[in-house]
Amino acid sequence: MKSSDSTLVHTETGSKVIRERQTAEAARTKGLSRKAKDNLAGYLFISPWIIGFLGLTLGPLLFSLAASFTDYNITSKMNFIGLENYKRMFTMDDLFRTSLFNTLYYVIFSVPLTTAGAILLAVLLNQKIKGMKFFRTIYYLPAVLSGVAVYFLWMQLLSPSTGLVNTMLGWFGIDGPAWLFDPEWTKPALLLMKMWSVGGGMLLYLAIMQGVSPQMYEAADIEGASPWQKFYHITLPMISPIIFFDVITSTIGAFQIFQEAYVMTENGSGGPGNSLLFYNLHMWNNAFEVFNMGYASAMAWLLFIIVMILTAVNMKLGKRWVHYEGGDGK
Amino acid sequence: MSSMTAPKFYETKKFKDRVRLSFVTLLLLAGSTLILMPLWWMISTSLKSPAEIAQYPPTFFPKEFNFNNYIEAWQTAPFTRWALNTLFLATVGTIGSVLVNSLVAYGFAKIKFKGRNALFVLVLSTMLIPGFVTMVPQYILFSKLGWIDTYLPLLVPAFLGSAFFIFLLRQFMMGIPNELIEAAVLDGAGHLQIWWHIMIPLTKPALITVAIFSFNGAWNDLLGPLLYINDESKYTLQIGLQTFKGTVQTQWHYLMAMSVTVLLPVVLLFFFFQKYFIEGSNISSGTKG
Repeated sequence: MKSSDSTLVHTETGSKVIRERQTAEAARTKGLSRKAKDNLAGYLFISPWIIGFLGLTLGPLLFSLAASFTDYNITSKMNFIGLENYKRMFTMDDLFRTSLFNTLYYVIFSVPLTTAGAILLAVLLNQKIKGMKFFRTIYYLPAVLSGVAVYFLWMQLLSPSTGLVNTMLGWFGIDGPAWLFDPEWTKPALLLMKMWSVGGGMLLYLAIMQGVSPQMYEAADIEGASPWQKFYHITLPMISPIIFFDVITSTIGAFQIFQEAYVMTENGSGGPGNSLLFYNLHMWNNAFEVFNMGYASAMAWLLFIIVMILTAVNMKLGKRWVHYEGGDGK
Repeated sequence: MSSMTAPKFYETKKFKDRVRLSFVTLLLLAGSTLILMPLWWMISTSLKSPAEIAQYPPTFFPKEFNFNNYIEAWQTAPFTRWALNTLFLATVGTIGSVLVNSLVAYGFAKIKFKGRNALFVLVLSTMLIPGFVTMVPQYILFSKLGWIDTYLPLLVPAFLGSAFFIFLLRQFMMGIPNELIEAAVLDGAGHLQIWWHIMIPLTKPALITVAIFSFNGAWNDLLGPLLYINDESKYTLQIGLQTFKGTVQTQWHYLMAMSVTVLLPVVLLFFFFQKYFIEGSNISSGTKG
C-alpha cells in the first residue's frame, strides 16, 4: 500500500459528496419520493462525519496496519519487511517491555482508584447538606484545569524539600519521598495528580444517583436498613451501568497517558530509570524523534489490539454485574 | 420508630442523621481544602521572590506580593502573540465544532435514512479507538498534504465532527418532539431550515456545552501544536509554556505566574458557565432520554 492512500480516500469522499449534492439538486426538480429525499438529506447531513471517519480514522488505521509491515521512515521508500517490526518489539526492544509494563501499572491502579474515588465523592455530595452547590463546584473545578500549566504546578507541589505535598506529609511526621526523582515513586506521583481531578467522573455518578427515587430509600429506612445496606442494595445496582461505562472509557483513557510524562520529565525522556516511559511516549519517540514510522505503526496497532481486547473483556464481565432497569440482562 | 417507650434523643434517627451529616460536612470541608490548596500554592508561588521560593520550610503566604512577576514573565517570550494564536485556534475550532456536530447530530436524530442505526453504532464505536492509534498515520497524511507548520491539522478535524459531541447532541435532540419538525415540513421547510430555525435555538444549552468543551480542549491542547507547529511565531500558549521548561526551568515564580495566567480564562469560563459544565458531563441523563 502506498503512503498516499489515506489522502486518496479523503478526496474520493470529497467528490462523492459533491456528486451527492448534485443528485440532491436533481431530486428536488424531478420530485423524488419522500423516502429517497430523506435518504439523501440524511447522508448529506452526516457527510462531515463520514469524511472525517474515512479520512481521519479508517484510512489512517488501515494505512498504519500496512505500514507496520514496512521499514517506512517518511523520507525513504517503503520496503515490505513482514513481521520484522512485531518481532523486534518482543525480542529486541527492552524499552518496549518497560513501556508496556509502566502503562499497565498505571492503568491497573488509576482505573479502580479514580472509579472508587468518583463514586465515594458522589455519595458524599448526594447528601442533604447546606452549601452543597459550593462543594460540587470546588470538587469539579480541577477537572476543567488541564494542560502544561497543571503539570508544572504539580512538579512544584511534588518538589521533595520545598513542595506542598511533602510539607503537608511533614505535619504528620511523615518523611515524604522524592516523588518525580525516585523511580519507585514517579508513577504514584502521577496517580496522586490524577486523583486531584477525580471530581470530573463524580458528576456522572451524582447525576444518576439523583435519579433514584426517594421512595426506595424510604422503604429501606422503614425496614431499618443501615446507610451501607442502602448503598449496597439500592445505589450500587442503580449506578452500575455508569460504573461500567466509566471503567471502559477510563481504561481507554489511561492507556493514552503521555502528556504528563512528556512534560514532567527531562526532554520527554521517560523519567528516572525509565519509570515514566509509557507506551505512547515510546511510540512518540520512535515516530517523531527518529521517524521510525513503520515501527511506530506496528506499536500503534498492537495498542489498538490490546485496548480492543480489554474492552471486549470488560463488556463480557460487565454482563455479570451490570444491572439494567429493564431487568433482562441486556 | 418504636412507640413503646419514648426513645432518648440521642437514639432517634433524626439525631443519628444529624451526626452523620455533620461528619460528611466536615469531611467535605477537609477535602475542599485539599483540592484548593494546590491552586493557592500556585498563586502564592507566582507572587514570591526566587529567594522566598527556595526557603525551607516553605511559606504559605508570600512575605511581599511581587505582582511584577506577571509582567516580567509575560515579557520573557512573545506571549501576546501566542495568546492571540491560541484564541484564534480555539474560537474557529469552537465555531466549527458547534455547527458541524449539530448538523451531523440532526441527521442522526431526526432524518430517517437507510443504514442510520448501523452508522450511529459506528460513530459510537470510534469512541473506543485511542487517539494515539491514529496519530502516526494522521501525521503522515497531513505532512503529505503539505499541512505541516500550518493551522490546518488543528482546525480541519474540528469541522469533521467528533463522536462524543455527536452523541451528546443527538441524545439532546431525541428529546425534542417530532411533531415540531413534521409541522415545519408541512409548511414547506427543508431540513436545513428546520435545523437552523428550530433545532439550533432549542438545543442551545447542549450547544453551549459543546462550545465550552471545544474551547477548553483547544485552549489546553498540547499534542496537536507540538506535532504540527514548528515556527515560533505560530506557537500556542501550551507550547509557549513548554519552552519555559528548558530555558528558565528553575524560575518557578515566572513559571507559576504564567501558569496562573494561562489557566485564568479556563477558570473564568468555568465559573461563568458553571451550570453548563455540570450539565455537559451529565451524559447519563441523555442515555436515558
